[in-house]
Amino acid sequence: MNAIFSKLTMYMQYPFVRYALVVGVLIAFCSSLFGVMLVLRRFSFIGDGLSHVAFGAMAIATVLKVTSNMLLALIITVVCAILLLRTGQNTKIKGDATLAMLSVGALAIGYLLMNLFSNSSNLSGDVCTILFGSVSILTLTQTEVWLCVVLSVVVVSIFVLFYNKIFAVTFDENFAQATGTKVELYNLLIGIIVAVIVVLAMNLVGSLLVSALVIFPPLSAMRIFKSFKGVTICSAALSVFCALIGMLVSILGGTPVGSTIVAVDIAAFVLACIIGKVLRRWCA
Amino acid sequence: MAQLVCQNLSIGYDGKAILNDLSFSVNAGDYLCILGENGSGKSTLMKTILGLQSPINGKVMTGDGLRPNEIGYLPQQTMVQKDFPASVREVVISGCHGRCGFRPFYSRKEKELADKMMEKMGVGHLSKCCYRELSGGQQQRVLLARALCATQKILLLDEPFAGLDPKVTGQLYELIDELNHRDGITIIMISHDINIALEHASHILHIGKNVFYGTKEEYVERGAWHMLVGSGGGKE
Repeated sequence: MNAIFSKLTMYMQYPFVRYALVVGVLIAFCSSLFGVMLVLRRFSFIGDGLSHVAFGAMAIATVLKVTSNMLLALIITVVCAILLLRTGQNTKIKGDATLAMLSVGALAIGYLLMNLFSNSSNLSGDVCTILFGSVSILTLTQTEVWLCVVLSVVVVSIFVLFYNKIFAVTFDENFAQATGTKVELYNLLIGIIVAVIVVLAMNLVGSLLVSALVIFPPLSAMRIFKSFKGVTICSAALSVFCALIGMLVSILGGTPVGSTIVAVDIAAFVLACIIGKVLRRWCA
Repeated sequence: MAQLVCQNLSIGYDGKAILNDLSFSVNAGDYLCILGENGSGKSTLMKTILGLQSPINGKVMTGDGLRPNEIGYLPQQTMVQKDFPASVREVVISGCHGRCGFRPFYSRKEKELADKMMEKMGVGHLSKCCYRELSGGQQQRVLLARALCATQKILLLDEPFAGLDPKVTGQLYELIDELNHRDGITIIMISHDINIALEHASHILHIGKNVFYGTKEEYVERGAWHMLVGSGGGKE
């Protein structure tokens, strides 16, 4: 136990490890807050689709040798989110198909571009990093950390300020619109925020695993809690806890960050299922 | 002026009208039942009245002190709501958000209103319970309380009690009657059950191939319900 502790203190002295922990916690927090809403609105796949778009954007940024990959990816993903929600308004199936098209399209084009134009010696390593986020979180620059902190604060304050609206729109869109809420405006806002979260989360777990970060904590929380507030709070707490544990384990064990966090999330989900079952039997 | 006026209204989807040139008005305290077969445009009419879709032609006007966003609405249950983790209180108070504007949180007055409406609908004791674990009848009461938080003037109900057992349905119709008679809340209800309409409503709007609008007495006198029986039989 002591050995683990001293190893951790040793790692903590490196600034990049501290950055990684701060960013990781913030991302886990934001993604789980909006994850609750995405899961409940059956929008889980939008996060997934957008993360593929973000992969394509990252690839373009790498090819163009832009100084801040993250900023470019952010802009492209937000634009795609807006387009996606615009077309999705007409009919359900159309929106679905657009999403699928966009997501595989971005993945293919992204890989193609990297293959054609990248002169990196370790191409498959680069791709793997973007997809699974293996080491990228430890290579964050200070600017990216600050960008991440600012965006997280914005996302969380929007969530708090619009909490009641978000509940109303999520629970019953038609009712909200009929009683004078500008539903389209909120949908747009939600789309933009999801895009921001996806790009942020890509740094932590990589683009293929973003959805896991968004979906697992809310689903776990929904097994146990029965009110929207309870689910939201539990999901955020659980997500932060899992991310911390995952990151520490990965630092100590040398495992890839993203997959370790997701593995911890899965374990938490199984545990939550059991707790939920026991609680229900106990109450009944 | 009447609370709600529809003038030369044409409604439908994608520019294709299913109903043309519909005109009627609803006064405060009326109990209007909208009858019609499946596909005759009942739900589309309701969405148009609520402003969820725009009319192809004509207009929907509100008057008598009623603002367009003061229309309470009891929708058909959606898939999303079936496993939505929310307490009864959270659902009911969400009816108040329309009056908040850009204020982010509910005021004490709105919280009190929500409590009052839960008591009124007989779900006060359930306020901490989970919405998805309630019985169908209780869920409808919760949604009614939410609609009453949004407005005290006019309620629109879209086949509200489909799929509930007769005893519960009877109780809910009584509850609606009470809201109409005692509190003077205007009721507009979509139904395909002509007996219910004749038992509870004061006015009837029948849409389909033939359109009828008038009081229940006129409807019975004209033998207009044959329209429903006749046209329904003709199709099969």
